[in-house]
Amino acid sequence: MATTASSFMDSLFQRTLDDLIKGLRHNLIGEQLFISKSLEDIRKEIKSTDLQTKSIALEKLTYLSSIHGIDMSWAAFHAVEIMSSSRFSHKKIGYLAASLSFNESTEVLLLITNQLRKDLSSTNEFEVNLALECLSVIATIDLARDLTPELFTLLSSSKVYVRKKAIAVIFKVFEKYQDSVGVCFKRLVENLEGSDGKSMSAAVGVFCELAAKDPRAYLPLAPEFYRILVDCRNNWVLIKVLKIFASLAPLEPRLAKRIVEPICELMRKTGAKSLLFECIRTVVTSLGEYESAVRLAVSKTREFLSDDDSNLKYLGLQALTIMGPKHLWAILENKEVVIKSLSDTDSNVKLAALRLVMTMVSEDNVIEICRVLLNYSLKSDPEFCNEILSSILFTCSRNFYEIIVDFDWYVSLLGEMSRIPNCQKGEEIESQLIDICLRVEDARPELVRVGRDLVIDPALLGNPFLHGILSAAAWVSGEYVEFAKSPFELLEALLQPRTNLLPSSVRSVYIQSSFKVLVFCLHSYLLNNEAHIPSSSPEKLASGVPDTVLGDGFLEASVITAPKSIVESEHDADFSPGASNHGVSVENDGEDVIHGQTSLSVPLEKDYFTRESIIKLLDMSEMALGPLLESHEVEIQERSRNVIGLIELIKQEITGPLVKKETDDMRDEFKALNMIRLICDGFSEELGPVPVTAQERVPVPEGLTLVENLCDLDTIFADMNLLTQSSLILGTLNLGETTGGSLSDLQTKDDLEPATESTSLLSEHRKRHGLYYLPSEKSNSLYNAYPPANDSLLQQNENDHVDDLVKLTEQSLVPKKKPSHAKPRPVVVKLDEGDVPITSRKLESEENLLSGAVRDALLGNEDKSTSAKVPCGKSSSKRIEKGKQSVDVPSESNDNAADKGKADVGKGSSRRSKGRGKERKHKSGVKGGTQREGNGQRENLKSSRTSKHKTHHGAVDSVNVIPQTPVIPDFLL
Amino acid sequence: MGIRFILMVNKQGQTRLAQYYEYLTLEERRALEGEIVRKCLARTEQQCSFVEHRNYKIVYRRYASLFFLVGVDNDENELAILEFIHLLVETMDRHFGNVCELDIMFHLEKAHFMLEEMVMNGCIIETSKTNILAPIQLIDKAT
Repeated sequence: MATTASSFMDSLFQRTLDDLIKGLRHNLIGEQLFISKSLEDIRKEIKSTDLQTKSIALEKLTYLSSIHGIDMSWAAFHAVEIMSSSRFSHKKIGYLAASLSFNESTEVLLLITNQLRKDLSSTNEFEVNLALECLSVIATIDLARDLTPELFTLLSSSKVYVRKKAIAVIFKVFEKYQDSVGVCFKRLVENLEGSDGKSMSAAVGVFCELAAKDPRAYLPLAPEFYRILVDCRNNWVLIKVLKIFASLAPLEPRLAKRIVEPICELMRKTGAKSLLFECIRTVVTSLGEYESAVRLAVSKTREFLSDDDSNLKYLGLQALTIMGPKHLWAILENKEVVIKSLSDTDSNVKLAALRLVMTMVSEDNVIEICRVLLNYSLKSDPEFCNEILSSILFTCSRNFYEIIVDFDWYVSLLGEMSRIPNCQKGEEIESQLIDICLRVEDARPELVRVGRDLVIDPALLGNPFLHGILSAAAWVSGEYVEFAKSPFELLEALLQPRTNLLPSSVRSVYIQSSFKVLVFCLHSYLLNNEAHIPSSSPEKLASGVPDTVLGDGFLEASVITAPKSIVESEHDADFSPGASNHGVSVENDGEDVIHGQTSLSVPLEKDYFTRESIIKLLDMSEMALGPLLESHEVEIQERSRNVIGLIELIKQEITGPLVKKETDDMRDEFKALNMIRLICDGFSEELGPVPVTAQERVPVPEGLTLVENLCDLDTIFADMNLLTQSSLILGTLNLGETTGGSLSDLQTKDDLEPATESTSLLSEHRKRHGLYYLPSEKSNSLYNAYPPANDSLLQQNENDHVDDLVKLTEQSLVPKKKPSHAKPRPVVVKLDEGDVPITSRKLESEENLLSGAVRDALLGNEDKSTSAKVPCGKSSSKRIEKGKQSVDVPSESNDNAADKGKADVGKGSSRRSKGRGKERKHKSGVKGGTQREGNGQRENLKSSRTSKHKTHHGAVDSVNVIPQTPVIPDFLL
Repeated sequence: MGIRFILMVNKQGQTRLAQYYEYLTLEERRALEGEIVRKCLARTEQQCSFVEHRNYKIVYRRYASLFFLVGVDNDENELAILEFIHLLVETMDRHFGNVCELDIMFHLEKAHFMLEEMVMNGCIIETSKTNILAPIQLIDKAT
């Protein structure tokens, strides 16, 4: 009694949604406070037994959630309760709440299957509508599987209102549960063929989405789409059909030939800009070979470009971008507009124009275009400036710097880019500097020059965006110090006090580079000295070496070379000295190499490396690095210890003799020379790029058993289980591509994957045990005493003129036929297979499951769509029988499964789908494995399935020969 | 999927309606809406109505004090989406009579209902104003 009374009071004094909104608008006590007060009320009201009160509470909560972002997941169960109300006004509130707030992880989803089923079969079309709408948002695999029979029925409902919505939902269901394709696909196609415009339009929408993912499977339906293209007068539908043809046409030349004329006709006649644009896009993407169509499209594009509406201009530029490389004339015709657009007031138009310009870049005009764009980037806002830089970087580096002939120019361009005040592309420039250095031998002298200019400028050290670039510059100038004009100057730059502004990872590169420079200087000095003394000959040298030094040196050499095989990655390049085989035994060889190196470099004056200068050098290094011995950063500490250690050793040798006798002096210097030579050998080994797949090629040593997959690690990373698992599944799924192929074939492919797996594991490990890893990047807050680089540049370019730009660009856009290459393009080292990025392989097989199912479903359909053209109508059961022969439905399935009642369909479908599932597993062995993993739970529940699955193995084998390209009907010929 | 989400936002950047056709958490939604509002509302009338954001395009149009923003896949036809927005506004106009921000605030459920009639699972399924409004009028009559 008391409860009913209180609930009555509740409902009497309950605030309605309107009250809530008004309260929010008047906002007397502050929005947050008001919301939290209302939430308190809602929490009370929603527990009410009175459905009216409850649903109003839910309505308010839904409002707060969708507009003010209030969490409502706690009310999920209440939403389900209200959904099941018999009153429509309540039900719709419940459904709205569900579709706005539920997701796959909502637990109560398990409870609504029956409610949805009930509403989907309701006689009230609006209730069906609610359920369909909700399903379209929240469909999970389970819901999709359980509700497939209901949807199947709705697909041929007599009410258009329901049917068109069921069609829209079916795409979602296909995505979630591929086996439903086999059940519902036929009815979907029927709706495409049907006379009703609404259902047809919805079906076209679904096919448009399906065809975008894997067009090949839908080629057999081309006649239907063609009919719609010719007959339909609805622009919305035509746009979708054009999209379908855009993806189908490239697959079948005869189809392209057939649709060109209708599309041109549409282009000429239509008044709707949206349809016109779709036609243009279809022509330029998929019908590029048909000259007349392209001409028409270009002339229409010109209308877009000359329009005042910036929307049309933007789209026009986009269309031109697609035409880009293939139809250069189209761009040249519209050159002026394009260039003007680069300085449009609308940043999006500018961006589109930039992209268009970049598509035109070729070997011949790259220098001019980049020059113009770089000038322009100085004048534009930071955002667009970086857009320009990144598109230059991207375009020039594409396909191993394909379009770059003059690497000296490109390298200095990179240097210039680094100095642009707004430049934030440090990372990309860094990796390109190193990449070019490794790949292009001829570019190294210029790289060292650019690197030196960057390293030496104290102003650059204060800009955190440049640290990556500086690190690359320091590495390059250390690694190839023999090309440096003045190693002294370089060493000074590397050790300048402002390097304390650098993050430790970069600073350690600096220190290592200074080590290399120092060794180089010492070596040159000692070698010079040696040349002065006539009596020194290799034999004497060798014999004069005291055992200890030799032993030490050798030991050192072997110690540093040992890890070489392990650290074979580019990142550790500055680290791994290589050069193991130049032992003392092949000293002559080594000497030659070194002599060669010195002669290569800028001729050093004879007395350049005097004893005094060397001692000064050593002192300077000692001064700069001394304090770092106490550094807390291990990397810095270790490396500076290395340098200081060397200095101490050398100092004894070099400075000692001042008081000693002449001969001793000689001997000591030989000792030093030998030591330095050994270290020098360590650095002189060429560092080549390493392919990504290098790891694979390392033969597995005998007796070493490698674990196939890393599932053992699961126990170690128990709490990160989820992450590792998902990465594993991703890895195997990608192999779904391989059709057939021997077991060993698959095995090797399998081996490819661990690379990605282990890197993800590694990063996990790094996250967890960060303490034991070297810091990768750290942004210290820095005190910047120097003015920012290039301040003056910025001011200079304040007053710019767009006309300037137009003039500049105009010349460069015209591709010059005669490339006047002063010198041939240098060799760019490429690694045959290794360099191909692995990611490209990953994207492809995503939709395999779905399109596989569709292909299966269409095998029956193909016959049908041709037979539809034949006047004598065949009975549907016969058609299905035809389809069955190829799909190999288990014999017990009823022939006319599709035409029977709903209950029958449910059974039939599950049986059919099992057959199909096996088929797929056969087509690609590995994928089956994953599927089994994914379905593990389900199969455990119904163990009978798995046993059945095994018995069928042999029977389905013959189905394997499914044609890759379904033959297109001859209507086109 | 075509359409990813539909937003209605007022001049001050407050969301008035949000319909998503793919699941995003509340935090993701809030972040997304914030980013989009910052990007789109600063643009002038003369600038084009298409903005690229993350991996999709946003097609938007301003009607009086209300911005209609639609997030679509990259290959969606921008002009068609603009027409769709216009259709949506016309439909609301017909129902509310010169629709304004307040109408949408106070009749959010109806606005969602109209959208549901027009778009399902990200695909446009109905473009006739009469058909779109028929069920809503029926419901109005019933209550």
